[in-house]
Amino acid sequence: MAGLSRPSGGPLPRRMAGTTAGHDVEPTHMPDTTLRSATIAVLVENEPGILARVVGLFSGRGYNIDSLTVAAVESGGARSRINIVTSGTEMVIQQIKAQLDRLVPVHRVADLSLEGPHIAREMALIKVTGVGEKRVEALRIADAFRARVIDATHESFVFELTGGTDKLDAFIDLMRHLGLAEVSRTGVAAIARGVRTI
Amino acid sequence: MSADPAHSGAEVLLRALKDQGVEVIFGYPGGAVLPIYDALFQQNAIRHVLVRHEQGAVHAAEGYARSTGKVGVVLVTSGPGATNAVTGLTDALMDSIPVVCLTGQVPTHLIGNDAFQEADTTGITRPATKHNYLVKRPEDLARAVHEAFYVAQSGRPGPVVIDLPKDIVIGKAPYAPPASGHRSYRPQTEPDHGQIAKAIALLKQAKRPMIYTGGGVINAGPVASAALTQLVRMTGFPITNTLMGLGAYPASDPQFLGMLGMHGTYEANLAMHGCDVLLAIGARFDDRVTGRLNAFSQGSKKIHADIDPSSINKNVPVDVAVVGDAGRTLEALVAAWQADPTPFDRPALTAWWRQIDAWRAKESLRFTQDMKPGSVIKPQHAIRRLYELTRAVQKDIFITTEVGQHQMWAAQHFRFEQPNRWMTSGGLGTMGYGLPAAMGVQIAHPDALVIDIAGEASVLMNIQEMGTLAQYRLPVKVFILNNQYMGMVRQWQELLHGGRYSESYSAALPDFVKLADSFHAVGLRAESIDQLDDVIREMLAIDRAVIADIAVDPKENCFPMIPSGAAHNEMILGAEHEGEAAGIIDEGLVLV
Repeated sequence: MAGLSRPSGGPLPRRMAGTTAGHDVEPTHMPDTTLRSATIAVLVENEPGILARVVGLFSGRGYNIDSLTVAAVESGGARSRINIVTSGTEMVIQQIKAQLDRLVPVHRVADLSLEGPHIAREMALIKVTGVGEKRVEALRIADAFRARVIDATHESFVFELTGGTDKLDAFIDLMRHLGLAEVSRTGVAAIARGVRTI
Repeated sequence: MSADPAHSGAEVLLRALKDQGVEVIFGYPGGAVLPIYDALFQQNAIRHVLVRHEQGAVHAAEGYARSTGKVGVVLVTSGPGATNAVTGLTDALMDSIPVVCLTGQVPTHLIGNDAFQEADTTGITRPATKHNYLVKRPEDLARAVHEAFYVAQSGRPGPVVIDLPKDIVIGKAPYAPPASGHRSYRPQTEPDHGQIAKAIALLKQAKRPMIYTGGGVINAGPVASAALTQLVRMTGFPITNTLMGLGAYPASDPQFLGMLGMHGTYEANLAMHGCDVLLAIGARFDDRVTGRLNAFSQGSKKIHADIDPSSINKNVPVDVAVVGDAGRTLEALVAAWQADPTPFDRPALTAWWRQIDAWRAKESLRFTQDMKPGSVIKPQHAIRRLYELTRAVQKDIFITTEVGQHQMWAAQHFRFEQPNRWMTSGGLGTMGYGLPAAMGVQIAHPDALVIDIAGEASVLMNIQEMGTLAQYRLPVKVFILNNQYMGMVRQWQELLHGGRYSESYSAALPDFVKLADSFHAVGLRAESIDQLDDVIREMLAIDRAVIADIAVDPKENCFPMIPSGAAHNEMILGAEHEGEAAGIIDEGLVLV
């Protein structure tokens, strides 16, 4: 690379303090390598393609979707609510929220994990097959988890279980040794505690 | 909404466009849009410009929009018409240009049947637009059009597609006038005054301040550029513009450090690197601007004002964020600076300017042109001469470019004193942008001098638009810096790939003089330095479309350059600046 020179530049003070962003964009307090999970609720205009728009945003920009649920939440079906569980660094999660918020049919984006206590629930239908002792054990554990039996044959149960993601994961894990045949999960629905609304 | 729909969907569409102030549509007909073309034929309010390829229609609309501040409008047919428009739409999305693109669609009952010239246009264009609509009911038609114009030009502007099934434009539809507001999309335009106060507090404490502005200031209108100029002069701070932001601040002003970024000036990049307070307005910390992120302006407190909250803290964490329109933000900053009695550190600013002037003395854009008759023309010199010889022209001057070395040389050596005079493909880097964009500019400004500074490879990507220039007698000047290479590709191959010029040589180029002639334009050629000025003068004197084919040094590289993966203070200068080895690093190879 003859003939090309590399200049030395001026004095270069190091960046000292952490960042303190303004209140209309949420601050990026955490160091950028820490991952966190975020439960984001998005209130959207119920129009064709809105789900594709949201999903395309996540795939196009390389964000994670751990869970996504969507349903109309107003009488007449004018608006839908999308609950998304995602994970990333604080900067990425801020980006996800800002990117969602600028979609034209989006009314409001709420980061439930950041804005205060919230409740998140999902429901699973779990089919367990087998006979004998394992079948009894499955029923016993289902009872302990307050899962309901909603279908039964001599060789199978379908359990209905509602709860947090961890609880569902734990139950399904236990069923693996007891004839777990099929799982159908709804994904997470979430809402803030108390009087706060989206 | 009128109760009695007496008009066809096509007529309602045109009425809605007229009510939105549309004067010109750039388009290309086809089966699915025949009813719209029929309605266009029967009215005089809206002019239609027939392009030669749908990509050209979108770039023309971009040129129109960027030079007027209005929304550019495109009309294309279904299937290939729509897919050909996708590059232009993505270009407009990346550069935040307001465009409304009407696409034909097969009749609603055929959608999903793989009908002739059917494409899932809303699906394909979803990531290529700010928003899109498929009109499935006649009663939604007028509302969708009005909404599309609102969305295209509100907040951060962008392209919007309206997909129009043929039965919707043929059948009767009710009209609805433009409504105000929007159910869900209401971008914040007014800056928060608490944030403005925080910004001013930082700026007042600055010892080494720097202002960096982008296309957002241009998009916010001439009033924003005026407020920027006022702020910069009032504070005495140095300012740089991004590629998209050129013209927002007068280039001839001594406080202007030139463009920053990969091919920016030495002084602009080192001032970015060494500043202690950075004010960014309407710019998005693009990788072409920042260089290696973890080395970007490490010592500065950063203030970022943008209308799009998703631009803030995306690449670079900032200390003060201001969401709002660039013009309103700049006016608020001017008012708050004036109202704040806190003195600022003038001696420090003077010392900072001394440092900047020392960097400036390096003359990083310097090149050597051998003036001996017969000498090869340096591309930089050709642009300098074009700039100088156009000073005598008593017309408004607009410059568009294609993409590559010539684009960077144009950005470095052509100086812009006003906003909206510089049209280039910044974000997407679309070769073939410049000629159709110039066409759109000339349609909007019939009496202006419009020049496409082009490369011989790029211009061939949309050369068919020479036909449009001929049809509408548009006197666009195509100024080709012909180095017979895809110059920027060749440059990267020289610097990063061991000089293996894989497929970057343009063999079998056309004779551009004959090509111009065949398109009813005038072709000129300059082979050596002694012919350059005459060719430029002749080009400027001709009141018709001209292709000026300027043979330039095929080996010339575009410097300064911050190689991919390098920091601002690791920029490399040209052969004019002797010294040690270049700053190219291996990690840069994987970057673009």
